Amino acid sequence: MTNPDSGTAPGGAKLHIEVENLFKVFGPDPQSVVPLLQEGVSKDDILARTGHTVGLRDISLNVERGETFVVMGLSGSGKSTLVRCLNRLIEPTTGTVRLDGEDILALGPRGLRDMRRHTMSMVFQRFGLLPHRTVLTNVTFGLRVQGVGLEERRERASAWIERVGLAGYEHALPSELSGGMQQRVGLARALCTDPEVLLMDEAFSALDPLIRREMQGALVRLQEELSKTIVFITHDLDEALRLGDRVAILKDGFLVQVGTPVEIVTRPADDYVRAFVEDVDRSRVLRARDALEFAAPHATARIDDARGRIDANATLGEALAVIADGGGPVAVVGRNDRVLGVLDGTTALRAVTERPEVANS
Amino acid sequence: MLTFLNQPFPEAWRIPLRGWTNDGVDWLIATYGDVFRGITDTMLLLLVRVERGLAAMPWWLVVLLVAALVWHASGRRIWPAVTLSGLLVLVGTFGLWSEMMTTLAIMLIATLFTIVIGIPIGIAMARSDLVKTLLRPLLDGMQTMPSFVYLVPVVMFFGLGNVAAIIATFIYAVPPIIRLTDLGLRLVDTEVLEAAHAFGASERQTLIWVRLPLALPTIMAGVNQTIMMALAMVVLASMIGARGLGQEVLRGLQRGDVGLGLEAGLAIVFVAIVMDRITAGYSRRWDPTAKER
Repeated sequence: MTNPDSGTAPGGAKLHIEVENLFKVFGPDPQSVVPLLQEGVSKDDILARTGHTVGLRDISLNVERGETFVVMGLSGSGKSTLVRCLNRLIEPTTGTVRLDGEDILALGPRGLRDMRRHTMSMVFQRFGLLPHRTVLTNVTFGLRVQGVGLEERRERASAWIERVGLAGYEHALPSELSGGMQQRVGLARALCTDPEVLLMDEAFSALDPLIRREMQGALVRLQEELSKTIVFITHDLDEALRLGDRVAILKDGFLVQVGTPVEIVTRPADDYVRAFVEDVDRSRVLRARDALEFAAPHATARIDDARGRIDANATLGEALAVIADGGGPVAVVGRNDRVLGVLDGTTALRAVTERPEVANS
Repeated sequence: MLTFLNQPFPEAWRIPLRGWTNDGVDWLIATYGDVFRGITDTMLLLLVRVERGLAAMPWWLVVLLVAALVWHASGRRIWPAVTLSGLLVLVGTFGLWSEMMTTLAIMLIATLFTIVIGIPIGIAMARSDLVKTLLRPLLDGMQTMPSFVYLVPVVMFFGLGNVAAIIATFIYAVPPIIRLTDLGLRLVDTEVLEAAHAFGASERQTLIWVRLPLALPTIMAGVNQTIMMALAMVVLASMIGARGLGQEVLRGLQRGDVGLGLEAGLAIVFVAIVMDRITAGYSRRWDPTAKER
C-alpha cells in the first residue's frame, strides 16, 4: 500500500458508497413526477404526459472500498447522470447517496466543496483540461483550489506526472499532446489531490482503440498499487469486463444487473444483457477457476491425469494454451498450492462456447 | 362604436412622457448638480493628465511605442509594425499630430471606462438570466437610439467639452463589450467548467482561473468593437465641444474646406486601423485553443 489514505477512513468499513432509491428527473417540476415513476409509468409515457425526461429511476447499489465498479450502458441509459449524482454535479431528485455512511445529499455548499476537494475527484471524457495552462499547472489545479502552497503543489504534481508517464512534458500545453497523453494529465490531476474515490466518466472513450487498451492497462497497474475506490463509466462492454471488479448495467435509467464480470457473462439477468454479452470473448473474461463449473456431471478427469498446472486466476484462454501444449488436462491451483480441480479440454471448450441463459426468466 | 373607430388617435390617451422627462432632467440638475460637477471635474483632471502625458511625449517615442505594441500583438512580425507606425507618421505630415494625441486621450479614457464598467456588467449578465433579460432591451436601446437624443442631456449634465464627449462615447460604445463578455463567459466549454466544479473550485476561483481566461479572446473582440465604435463617435462628439480630429473634420465641413475634412477623416481612419490591429492581435494571441503561441 503506497497510499496511506485509502482504507483508513472511519471504521474502515467495507462499503464505501451506498446509493439508495435514487431518482433523477429533468424538467420544470421533477418532484411531481416521482409518484408516477414509483407507479411504474414508462419513460416515454412520462415524457408524453408531463414533458419531463427521466434520467435515473430507483437506483440502489453499493460500491465497496478499493474496488473498481464499472457502470455500463448505452448513450441515454443514465450512466453519466449517475456518476454526476455521486459528486452532485447533478442534483438527484430523490434518494440517498452515502459516502462512508455520511449522507452527501445533506451537505451544504461548503461541505460539498470540501468533499470534492479532498475525497472524490473526477476524470472526464474529453479531458476537461485548461487549454491555456501547462501540464504542470493543470495537474496542480485541485491543490491550488485547496490553497496548497506553490512549492508543495509542484512537488506533488511532479511525482504524479512522472507516475503516469509524462515526465518531461511538465511545461507542454494540452494542445501539444496526443489524446492519450492528455488523459494521462486528467488522471494525474485527479490523483494529485489523493482522493479516496475516483470517478471516471467515459475516461477512455475518446481515445483510439490501441491507446485505449494501453490506458486500461495503465489504470489496472496503478490501481493494483493504489486501491482507490473507482467508479468507472463506459459504453464499452469489453472495457467494463476488463476493468471492473463488479459491473452494473444500466438501461433507460434502470439498473438491470450488478455482478462480477463472470456473473454478467454467464448469467445475464435478462435478454438485454444477454444480447450484449453474446459476442464477448469468454476465454478472456472467465478464469480457470470459473471453467471448472462447466465440467460434465460425471467428469472423469482426476488429479493423476493432470499434465500441467495453472493458476486459478489465469484466464481461460491461458488455460487452454497450457492444455494444448501439454496434450492433456491441467490442475487448477488456488492459494497455497491447493488444487481446486482438474480442467480438461472438453470442459474448457464448453466454458468458452456455452450460450448464456437468462438467469431468472 | 363605429364613430370611435373613425376617430383619429384619441387625444385623451396621450402619455406626457415629454413633460415627465423634462421635469425629471430639471430636477436631477437642480438636486444633484454638485454630483455631476464633481464627476465632470474628476474626469477632466484625469483627461488633462493623460493628454498632457501624451503631448509631453516626443512624437518619435509615440511612433516607436505603437510599433512595439503592434509588433508584440501581431506575434512578433516586423512588417505590420513598420506600416502601422508609418500611418501615424503620415498623420503628422498632415499637421494633425497634436489633434491626434487629443483624440487618442479621449479615446483611451472612454475605452478605459467601458472596460472597467462593461466587463463586470457582462459578468453579472452571464451569471444570471434575469439580469440578461433585463439588460438586453436597454443595450439594444443604447445602440439604436440616435446619438443626438442623448447628446443634449449629456451636455446639460456635464457641460460642453471633452467630458461630455467621453460620456456620450461611453453610452454608444459600451454595449458590445458587455455583450461579448457575456457571450464569451457563456461559451466556455462545459466540461472544463464541470472539471473545475468537480475539484471543488468556488464560484470565484472558477471565474478567475477558468471562465475569464477562456473568455478572454471574446472579451478582447469586445474591446476591439468598443474602440471602433468610440472612433465612430469622434466627429459627433466634437459637436458637443470635444477637441481633436473630430473638431478638424467639423471645421472642414463648416468652411467648405474639403481637403481639411479629408486629412482629418483619413487621420481618424488611420488611428482606427492601428487600434484595430493591436486589439485584434491580442484577441488572437490570447486564444488558448489556438495551437501556436
